[in-house]
Amino acid sequence: METNQGKSSAKIQVENVYKIFGQNARRGVEMLQNGKSKDAILEEARLAVGVNNATFEVMEGELLVIMGLSGSGKSTLLRCINRLIEPTAGRILVDGVDVTALSDEALRQLRMKKFGMVFQRFALLPHRTILQNAEFGLEIQKKPAVERSEKARTALKLVGLEGWEGSYPEQLSGGMQQRVGLARALAVDPDILFMDEAFSALDPLIRREMQDELLSLQSRVNKTILFITHDLDEALKIGDRIIIMKDGAIVQIGTPEEILTSPATRYVEKFVEDVNLAKVLTAGTVMHKASTVTYPKDGPKTALHKMKEVGISGILVVDRDRNLLGRVSAEDALRLSKTGEQSLESIITKDISTVPPETPINEIFAEQVFPVAVTDADNRLMGIIIRGALLAALAEGGISS
Amino acid sequence: MNEVIPKIPVGRTIERGIDYLTLEFSFITRAISNFLETGIDALVAGLMFFPPWVLIPVFAGLSLWVAGRRAGVLTLLGFALIWNLGLWGPTMSTLALVVIATLIAVLVGVPLGVLAALFPRMKRATMPVLDFMQTMPAFVYLIPAIPFFGLGPVSAIFSTVIFAMPPAIRLTCLGIQQIPRELVEAADSFGANRRQKLFKLQVPLAMPTIMAGINQTIMLSLSMVVIAAMIGARGLGAEVWRAIQRFEPGNGFEAGLGVVILAMALDRVTQKIGARDKDSI
Repeated sequence: METNQGKSSAKIQVENVYKIFGQNARRGVEMLQNGKSKDAILEEARLAVGVNNATFEVMEGELLVIMGLSGSGKSTLLRCINRLIEPTAGRILVDGVDVTALSDEALRQLRMKKFGMVFQRFALLPHRTILQNAEFGLEIQKKPAVERSEKARTALKLVGLEGWEGSYPEQLSGGMQQRVGLARALAVDPDILFMDEAFSALDPLIRREMQDELLSLQSRVNKTILFITHDLDEALKIGDRIIIMKDGAIVQIGTPEEILTSPATRYVEKFVEDVNLAKVLTAGTVMHKASTVTYPKDGPKTALHKMKEVGISGILVVDRDRNLLGRVSAEDALRLSKTGEQSLESIITKDISTVPPETPINEIFAEQVFPVAVTDADNRLMGIIIRGALLAALAEGGISS
Repeated sequence: MNEVIPKIPVGRTIERGIDYLTLEFSFITRAISNFLETGIDALVAGLMFFPPWVLIPVFAGLSLWVAGRRAGVLTLLGFALIWNLGLWGPTMSTLALVVIATLIAVLVGVPLGVLAALFPRMKRATMPVLDFMQTMPAFVYLIPAIPFFGLGPVSAIFSTVIFAMPPAIRLTCLGIQQIPRELVEAADSFGANRRQKLFKLQVPLAMPTIMAGINQTIMLSLSMVVIAAMIGARGLGAEVWRAIQRFEPGNGFEAGLGVVILAMALDRVTQKIGARDKDSI
């Protein structure tokens, strides 16, 4: 089993996976490898390209979002991993085991033990009660009745559905039904959770609530989650990393910020344009390197010179380890230089706002004094944000200098 | 045309096949015949054991319980009329034939429908046969029944089963195939095997449609059981048949009315069983 460097290791490895629909699908793979387009293959060979050469890894405990419009192959790709859809070519390793090589029985065992899945339209059994629905996976595993009911109740409690055990799905709202779907998947305690447009059928308010709950749930149960969505806002909100797909191929893989700040193609860029950047950009992405700083031992003349050079009216003071000490204004420095004082110590003021790099920029707008200093946990200066740059970042789609 | 190309011996081949089957497999047909005859006799005897004034309230109560007050009243009045017309005995014979024919048609048809839904190849093989069975004039089935089982109720059951089975197969197959794909995927994604999927998901969800198929099968059985009077089935059909031969329009109408009442009572009750399943879903 391969392990990556660092603390997390790859839970799922997808290697050059293709899915072609139609007769003699292998031919489609060859045509793709020879550089033919999806449309050309449909026309020439009557084959539909579902997934085109997908390669990526999902880390243990990661929440990876696969995003794309309908028909981009995201659901197909997801189903290739648990082989609800048989991939045409490529390898898929789950905990180092090649899923594509498993016999039907071994595959069934793997699905039972490691996978849980949540569906867009909930896929609850209408003739069963909520409790019986939550028990479904355990029933398939032929667990004894007592254990089944106990685990199902725990899972229902986890998603906040205590007291609804005896109801039927049709008596519940959409959001609640999806909680049952989630409880059903969690009841079998799977390592990996597949969520196929799990919140797409819910209305926006409930959807946001479910996203928050998924995140808090994730911090408690720490599953590896593969989440499919067509909604970029959702992807940015919940994803540790995001995979963007188009026409069956992966266009970009990256953290939400990477996607936003450096879109790989024009396609991703167009997607990103619509996003409310103020919500997703952070201090860390829009800050500038604080190249102009001064040190306490610098005299007022040096400080004034540095300010004049770049045309600013105040300068940040740091010590040799770049710990932020404060700010010196041009006015005070000028006054001090007339007294012949050699140290800036006496005129360093603390009237400067500092924020950690993960602060969303819409919160920074509320600050009264600019520039705002961005500091890490040890108060070391990482960069500064000036008001103009903040607006520019929003205007430009968050591309920082 | 007939002089140039000789007639293709379709009919003769069928006859030879039936002769062969009758000769070589008579031990099977005879066994089936004995078994069914015993069953029919027992059921008829059972129904006739109770006087009508016991059974009529029982039937009425049953349909009241399953299908509501209107159906209950209809059954009560309808069966009382049948008794009054002196058709109680023939009606019970017909009911017995319908019950047994339906039972066989369902026991064979529903599993066939399940198989057709699960295996595309099975479906491709079954559907043309069903088309054939449904479009072939019903009377034709009466003919081979005679060499197989002789004149009498067993032949009637045989041709009735063939005639009435297709809806059970078709609607079972349809009901299973209509189950939303996501639900089947959900079962698969949890690692359900074929049997678990069938009994925990597919059959329960297809139940309303399967019941609609069974309802159709019952109705077709009833109509065929009457036709089968031509090959010796007893009951209301025999009354109709006798009325035709003796030209007694009054008697014929009375017997026909009996069939209608029986059909309506059976239809209301079985339809409600299907709908009730749908309600509880």
